[in-house]
Amino acid sequence: MKTSFKLNGKSVQVDTASDATLLWTLRDTLSLTGTKYGCGASLCGACTVHLDGIPVRSCMTPVSSVAGRSVTTIEGLAQDSLHPLQQAWVEEQVPQCGYCQSGQIMQAAALLKNNPSPNREEIVAHMNGVLCRCGTYLRIIKAIERASSKNGKQ
Amino acid sequence: MKKRLDSDTIQSKENTFLSRRRFLATAGGFGFVITAGAFAPRFLKDKKNKELADTPSLTAWVQLDKEGNITMYNPAAEMGQGSMTALAAIIAEEMDADWSKVRVEYAPVIPAIYGMQWNGKPGGPMITAGSRTTRGYYKNLRQAGAQARYILLHNAAEKWGVPVGELITEPSVVVHTPSGKKLTYGEIAAFVKIPGSLPVIDDNDLKNPKHFRLIGHTMPRVDIPEKINGEAKFGIDIHLPGMVYGVISRSPVYGSKPELLNEKDVRESDGVVDIVRLDHGMGVVAKTFEQALKAKKTMQIKWSAGAKAEGYNSEKSFAMYHDLVRSTDQHGKNVLETGDASASLSAAPKIYDREYYTDYLCHAQMEPLNAVVSLAPDGKSAEAWAGTQAPDADRAAIARILELDESKVKFNNCYMGGGFGRRSVDFSMEAAVLAKQVKQPVKLIWTREDDIQYGSFRPISLQRIQAGVDNKGNILAWRHDIAGPDERLQTGGVRMAYYNIPNQQVKLYVTDHGVRTIYWRSVGHGPNKFAQETFIDEIAHDLKLDPYQYRRGMMKDLPRHLTILDKVASMSGWGSPLPVGRAKGLAFSDYGGSFTAGVVEISLDKETGQIRVHRVWAAVDAGVIVQPNSAIAQMEGGIIMGISSSLLESITFKNGKVQQSNYHDYPILRMADAPESIDIHLIPSSASPTSLGEVSLPLMGGAIANAFLKLTGKPLRHLPFTTAKVLDVLAG
Repeated sequence: MKTSFKLNGKSVQVDTASDATLLWTLRDTLSLTGTKYGCGASLCGACTVHLDGIPVRSCMTPVSSVAGRSVTTIEGLAQDSLHPLQQAWVEEQVPQCGYCQSGQIMQAAALLKNNPSPNREEIVAHMNGVLCRCGTYLRIIKAIERASSKNGKQ
Repeated sequence: MKKRLDSDTIQSKENTFLSRRRFLATAGGFGFVITAGAFAPRFLKDKKNKELADTPSLTAWVQLDKEGNITMYNPAAEMGQGSMTALAAIIAEEMDADWSKVRVEYAPVIPAIYGMQWNGKPGGPMITAGSRTTRGYYKNLRQAGAQARYILLHNAAEKWGVPVGELITEPSVVVHTPSGKKLTYGEIAAFVKIPGSLPVIDDNDLKNPKHFRLIGHTMPRVDIPEKINGEAKFGIDIHLPGMVYGVISRSPVYGSKPELLNEKDVRESDGVVDIVRLDHGMGVVAKTFEQALKAKKTMQIKWSAGAKAEGYNSEKSFAMYHDLVRSTDQHGKNVLETGDASASLSAAPKIYDREYYTDYLCHAQMEPLNAVVSLAPDGKSAEAWAGTQAPDADRAAIARILELDESKVKFNNCYMGGGFGRRSVDFSMEAAVLAKQVKQPVKLIWTREDDIQYGSFRPISLQRIQAGVDNKGNILAWRHDIAGPDERLQTGGVRMAYYNIPNQQVKLYVTDHGVRTIYWRSVGHGPNKFAQETFIDEIAHDLKLDPYQYRRGMMKDLPRHLTILDKVASMSGWGSPLPVGRAKGLAFSDYGGSFTAGVVEISLDKETGQIRVHRVWAAVDAGVIVQPNSAIAQMEGGIIMGISSSLLESITFKNGKVQQSNYHDYPILRMADAPESIDIHLIPSSASPTSLGEVSLPLMGGAIANAFLKLTGKPLRHLPFTTAKVLDVLAG
């Protein structure tokens, strides 16, 4: 089955099984491995990408459902330099193993797009679906606050 | 720092590998052998970069090019603990390298050179476990850095015709102090001659710690830039041309063997390349991962009867253990004995006798297990990629399966999406079995369900502790009986050298249930510190003594330990009034030569039974801290994982089968349930570094139970403190 969609701003066409998921299409057909497999059941959020700007779990998103739509992955989040969240992630030294962090950053980026200065409760509520086993949650919150305070200044 | 795995890199690494091995064979292969001239490692990033190809290595640990770029080899696995940065910082410190010029790569798998200090000697296994990395490499890597600096100094001295004693170094620069002449390390690389043998560096040749500018100073972690933009390569991200994908349907009851009833149907499933029978499961290999998954779902497997685990119900273990530790014909194995606990116990005016329980735990690391194995078309060599805590062991296992000499298997360690003790060997072996049969590069991926259902767990345990206490409340006798299924994993942390208890005895009673158990972050310290620390608070509570002062009394002759305890008391405002519905709990722990004390502040929803940990404070003494921010991150991570495992996590078996399968029924802590703050204090020290990765986790079970006792007057004795168990305790 052929599916055409916009991926990180460029048009792509893939030929996959009709029930292929967006996650494995991104990873194995399109070689964008920044999006991670964690649970296959929308429980952990490691596979989070943006579909028309909305964060979705790509492990349960059929690739057929993105036809004609726009997908952004961690590889396409920043335009030229780092996204403010990526910068904040470096400044707060957030990642440990790093495996969940693509999903964390993509989930957070969707928050800041709609709510440039979220309070802590809003951050936690928005981020709660993305698991981290290394225990970086408090640094993630700090990094989002750091990025959002920059938003506030702009 | 970027690491890309392309075929050129792989090819060039292979060449280097062989030449270096040959050199070592002639040079005796010990320690920090200088690789010179023709035998220099050429870890090409890019074959177009001829300059780098001609760059000699200064030592086995350090490569320097004419631009002054320095490559350092990390012998440890990187699973999030920051080894890539900390170990290189140790070398760079003594080498006096300009940190901005340093890049870090994994060392090749050559334990004779890159193995850690083991039984007092370098060249042990390349294993990243037991929080040993910084502790195990600190001395050797300081020497390695000093040796690299020595070579640079001597080359500069010879060039200028001046005594080496007139030279000093600044970061990546050799300076002749009388004349003010300078040579950068890169300039020296252009004419460097590698001496035939290296000086022995003794402690006097090392830097005075007062002059450290990297050790003890936080450097941004070198792996973080590629972990925020999707570039970091984990094992699961490896892709090879012509690669196929394998999944395995493993025994639902450990030890049972498969018989595939519908092979024809499975073979006809879309994209299936082959079916591979393993002892413990049926593998299916297909062109895509999703095809392999679909084929796996169609498999009808009959599992053999008679496995030991058959009929095992883990909830019934506790009653059995209860009897076991009291049995008069089972005496258990003596693990520790000081003084005469039995006599002292029977003579004591007051005896406390309690039991504590812990469930099986799963690692649930975010990256499911996986490995890639590629057997050469002629079958005479192979290459493998996986994230593992023990690359030499994984390589040996793969070689054994492929019937190759280890030297014919090139093993590439990858970043790990979490290790926690789970990650080594079994998945690499499985991938080798698949690759051996299909004769194409195979990527084996465990699904999350595979990872949990065929997990290897922290063992279940029962801890009975009896204490004999005198009229002043002093504990004179301590008898700790542990029952569980795995002799290797259950006695860590039983020694409490920091409490003045003259008579102590610890015994272990082992019953094999036929299920898989393995190291889980903190190993025996988790259950044992929980039992010890909770018990101590129960005694203090009964005696109406403050748990902090009570512990203080037992440590009164140990200034180092008192410093830690007092620090956490002051950080947490111990004893100061709290809002209604809040309480604090304290615990103390050790691990790998480090000591820590922690305090939690909790509240309780009495309707739901939900405990909430609001704030955590911990002070830790781990000797010299190489990278403070990473040290704090390790403490934070252990605390979060400790809270998670204390409140939520439990693996249960019914009829030999694991009852949990994914994060919905094996929940791990989410952001909303994380504490609002964690404050860590690193006690300044000039002692050699000790362990940090596992010392904080064991605090949490005891600290939370102790806060709960303070809050409700009721004890929690069974980890995890799920809402159902808490409600039972409140009702009881």
